[in-house]
Amino acid sequence: MTGNAPLSLHVPEPAVRPGDTPDFSNIRIPRAGQVARPEVDVDAEAIRDLAFSVIRVLNRDGEAVGPWAGLLSDDELLEGLRHMMTLRAFDARMQMAQRQGKTSFYMQHMGEEAVSCAFRKALSPGDMNFPTYRQAGLLIAGGYSLVDMACQIYSNTHDPLKGRQLPVMYSSREHGFFSISGNLATQYIQAVGWAMASAIKNDTKIAVGWIGDGATAESDFHAALVFASTYRAPVVLNIVNNQWAISTFQGIARGGSGTFAARGLGFGIPALRVDGNDYLAVHAVAKWACERARRNLGPTLVEHVTYRVGAHSTSDDPAGYRPKTESEAWPLGDPVIRLKNHLIARGAWSEERHKQTEAEILDTVISAQKEAESFGTLHSEQRPSARDMFEGVFSQMPPHLRRQRQEAGV
Amino acid sequence: MPRRTMIEAIREAMDVMMSRDDDVVVFGEDVGYFGGVFRASQGLQAKYGKSRCFDTPISELGIVGAAVGMAAYGLKPCVEIQFADYMYPAYDQIVSEAARLRYRSNGQFTCPVVVRMPTGGGIFGGQTHSQSPEALFTHVCGIKTVVPSNPSDAKGLLIAAIEDPDPVIFLEPKRLYNGPFDGHHDRPVTPWSKHDLGEVAEGHYTVPLGRAAIRRQGEAVTILAYGTMVHVAESAAAETGIDAEIIDLRTLLPLDLDTIEASVKKTGRCVIVHEATLTSGFGAELCALVQTRCFYHLEAPIARVAGWDTPYPHAQEWDYFPGPARVSRALAETLEA
Repeated sequence: MTGNAPLSLHVPEPAVRPGDTPDFSNIRIPRAGQVARPEVDVDAEAIRDLAFSVIRVLNRDGEAVGPWAGLLSDDELLEGLRHMMTLRAFDARMQMAQRQGKTSFYMQHMGEEAVSCAFRKALSPGDMNFPTYRQAGLLIAGGYSLVDMACQIYSNTHDPLKGRQLPVMYSSREHGFFSISGNLATQYIQAVGWAMASAIKNDTKIAVGWIGDGATAESDFHAALVFASTYRAPVVLNIVNNQWAISTFQGIARGGSGTFAARGLGFGIPALRVDGNDYLAVHAVAKWACERARRNLGPTLVEHVTYRVGAHSTSDDPAGYRPKTESEAWPLGDPVIRLKNHLIARGAWSEERHKQTEAEILDTVISAQKEAESFGTLHSEQRPSARDMFEGVFSQMPPHLRRQRQEAGV
Repeated sequence: MPRRTMIEAIREAMDVMMSRDDDVVVFGEDVGYFGGVFRASQGLQAKYGKSRCFDTPISELGIVGAAVGMAAYGLKPCVEIQFADYMYPAYDQIVSEAARLRYRSNGQFTCPVVVRMPTGGGIFGGQTHSQSPEALFTHVCGIKTVVPSNPSDAKGLLIAAIEDPDPVIFLEPKRLYNGPFDGHHDRPVTPWSKHDLGEVAEGHYTVPLGRAAIRRQGEAVTILAYGTMVHVAESAAAETGIDAEIIDLRTLLPLDLDTIEASVKKTGRCVIVHEATLTSGFGAELCALVQTRCFYHLEAPIARVAGWDTPYPHAQEWDYFPGPARVSRALAETLEA
């Protein structure tokens, strides 16, 4: 007998469940402008605190404050606002299109628009993102065609991926957007490999990896950090912590570590947390991390602290696992409203112009949607041919596939 | 023509390709400074530098995942998994990523990666250094699977694999590294220097993927084999005096079905031999294809000789290994049927 009580298993639980009052009091949020901005060649050891804080630029009054502020002009900020508004409008239309049976599936970004839209503006032509399914802002802010996006979602005759991939699993080499797998975490180590290749070839391009809070539990995440650390790969590794992995709260993947960013410290990788709903903060941190990569200083781990306002996808209902009003209680607010308020505070924007722009963007999105629909929707007659199904498995069709295509009679 | 071991032939293939193409990079566990536990990459780091041949952390997932990213960039990684038995952590990267990248991106991104893995038993490696997982690869759409049986083919096939625009799994029967092992484990080892297929041409040449080789012409029965089992089959044919036609498949996918079909239609009998476990092994696919293509020419049921459906044992290695005695018995039964 040891005298100890019998062992028991600890299973973490979120602070609240459906029916409870939302509570984010456990999330420590420093004041905007409070976190120092170190030099990019700083030693990872010297900035350990940044893995436990939150870098923020926009304060409650809509002002940009502190050492991470001051990088973007009015025009650049207005462009960023337009990108986020476009993404939001596009999401709303595509979500509706799924409900109308025009496609099988959709995943929206509501609340997370700043993360991918702002990050994209820190990149240069030729850089490569290895995204997950909730970074379409990289495409929109990179000037990719909304029509092509919608055609992919509809799997129609103009789908750039010929109907082979689930909706939103875009791919555009030209726009620095690696093919989304749909399997989680696999692309994280690939981003590191791409960055290593760029270094092997003495190139100037950098890679950017993306992962969600839940998928950091995959071993691919660990492999990516080991390789990035060992070879000092020119890569920025982003964790988008939107608090929820489908129905599973972030504490299940995070376990006993204080933050997701803290995982980088054991690898000697500088790790920062940023307010993911603050366009200016995301952009500033992205610039900092990208500059590190470009100057061959190695990888950076960035945790974007944000909140997934909508469902995970069109296949789940958040009311089943979290309070309905939780998103309203999220302490970092809404990225579109915050940037709008900042631009108004700067004297560069007004409620009126915002409303007008919203209407213009909606028109643009609807006309892109209509154009895409003229090429068909998922269950319409206009879809990629069955013959296409057999193409592109290999560079040249091997005999067994040729025989199967004949058998299929296409 | 110079005689080479299979390891030397494989090293030459990588050397030739690294010298011809700056985009070819070689890495894996112990692969860099030391040259690999089987010494396949010996000297390559010294010759081509650390950025083109290097050691990796012990992470098969990391090795293949990084290779996929490098291939997307435009490199041609030829990576080593130290033993095929260790590839399982990399399986998702092979199946869901490397194999599908061309297809799912409609050709925007491709994956010209070669994954080399020592395979098969016969070295008292127990269950973690002896497996033959080829069927786990042939079942996947979008990758090619190659198993050489001799130094001459190994070099030409590996060069073809590195030049191939799609991912290739290159399984190297480790028992063949130093000689043409015929399954008689109790006899002295024959070195490749005494075997015609140990003759390896200098410089660049390819053995095209997807083409089998007939190792022995015969009229009585067709033996389908690959890797180590080619030599075991040759030994069984010689010992029984049965006039077998032995086909070395060399590439399992794409498969040279025409050569198989012509042979079985001629002999009317077929014995399939592989070291991997029987159930759902690649022999099952061969069996199905042969009966579909050659049913009205068959004089006897198709026989399969394979590893037993157990983990690869240590002490009982030679009870497990499908050696010449079992192949001979299957040949005799097929002829009597």
